[in-house]
Amino acid sequence: MTKTTIDLPPKGGFSFDLCRRNAFLESQGTKMPKFRKTGTTIVGLIFKDGVILGADTRATEGEIVCDKNCEKIHYLAPNISCCGAGTAADTENVTDMVSSQLELHRYATGRDSRVVTALTMLKSHLFGYQGAVSAALVLGGVDVTGPHLHAVYPHGSTDTLPFATMGSGSLAAMAMFESRFKEGMTREEGIEVVCAAICAGIFNDLGSGSNVDLCVITKGGKEYLRNYQQPNPRSYTHSKGYHFTSGHTAILSSKIRALRNQVRVVEGDAMEEE
Amino acid sequence: MEPMAGEWTSAAHSMGTTIMAVEYNGGVILGADSRTTTGVYVANRASDKITQLTDNVYLCRSGSAADTQVVSDYVRYFLNQHTIQLGREATVKTAATLVKELAYQNKSFLQAGMIVAGWDKYDGGSVYAVPLGGTLLRLPFATGGSGSSYLYGFLDQAWRPQMSKDEAERFVVKSIALAIARDGASGGVVRTVTVNEHGVERNFFAGDKLPLFHEEIPPGRNSLLA
Repeated sequence: MTKTTIDLPPKGGFSFDLCRRNAFLESQGTKMPKFRKTGTTIVGLIFKDGVILGADTRATEGEIVCDKNCEKIHYLAPNISCCGAGTAADTENVTDMVSSQLELHRYATGRDSRVVTALTMLKSHLFGYQGAVSAALVLGGVDVTGPHLHAVYPHGSTDTLPFATMGSGSLAAMAMFESRFKEGMTREEGIEVVCAAICAGIFNDLGSGSNVDLCVITKGGKEYLRNYQQPNPRSYTHSKGYHFTSGHTAILSSKIRALRNQVRVVEGDAMEEE
Repeated sequence: MEPMAGEWTSAAHSMGTTIMAVEYNGGVILGADSRTTTGVYVANRASDKITQLTDNVYLCRSGSAADTQVVSDYVRYFLNQHTIQLGREATVKTAATLVKELAYQNKSFLQAGMIVAGWDKYDGGSVYAVPLGGTLLRLPFATGGSGSSYLYGFLDQAWRPQMSKDEAERFVVKSIALAIARDGASGGVVRTVTVNEHGVERNFFAGDKLPLFHEEIPPGRNSLLA
């Protein structure tokens, strides 16, 4: 009797083999590196003419703020943007990846990208990795079918909402939205509400801070307002600047060494400049 | 876990939920609450847990939001192809069997409790339950989700076969409201979908339209403002 083997096609998704090794190393006392996370408050809302996305600008590594002015509103398409919360590497890479896929899709179809296309690409990828890709996103854009706003969760589920918040500051931001949101707001009203929501996160959540970034998307185009509000200016610098005359620090010993002479090629060919 | 990020920032999106579907004289009525939670935070207070599979078949979803969304997307896609190949609208039994197939074959990866209900000309209105594990059960009425525990006794006592459309809808709304009253993971509004030979009708019952029970304060008389 012949022995039959079935060759299964390679299954996509995450291979968890190295996780066992990491767990073992950790139990042996190795310190795991801290992930750079964007603690974050990210929001989106639909107003009369389109979508407004907002985000804070603090990135943390554990308890330390590693970037005081990072960009959390990512480009997906000329008419679609995405705010990202969670592990910074995951949000950066998943949005970059989907942005490339959308561009190729535009060339193949000859049409402008639709928000649901970006949504399906994101949710399929995240579901395949079963939550290991820690990216919580607020996806917004305007396409031929109108304005759209979606919340995407790390496990691959999505919600379609008129207003959404994500990240550690989402509760503070949602409180502002629930009390102030109205359907059909003007651009100015919408910006005011979004700023209020992000500021609520900045001031009440330790994982969020620094400035407010906005992105207003309408049928006419996308307007990225970087650092629209800066409610945490660096006002603690000395007005006269920091200047220390010599003598402030005791010199224990000194050693002076001449820099090496410039290298001259005496034999062979000098490296060619292109 | 960093001290500043709450559990809700990483918990899976789940639909605590109360879902149900009943057969009535002429079709089926599906009903669901609208609360989706991540941990103890309500991520979406107005979600739609009744998803369309075909023109005549709908699906109630409970359990992991991601898992049920993916399953419903796959089944919608398969049924779409099947309808084209068959040349007729798909039957509720076919839809339910496809849902069961995905649920059973992937039972170790999925956390999805679903109810498939609809109308076709061969069996009329039918309700099929596909709970965790992937069993397929045709029933006159079915309920699922964390809030369903509070309904079994009520349903056993109050359900009657061959109710009229209005009776059945009131019955579904009352049941979901009862479950919402007692289950913390269910809440928001009550959505219903009626499917019969004439088509589909969607309904929406906000908090103030729901029946009140023992010791519940009527809307308008808010104790904070009194």
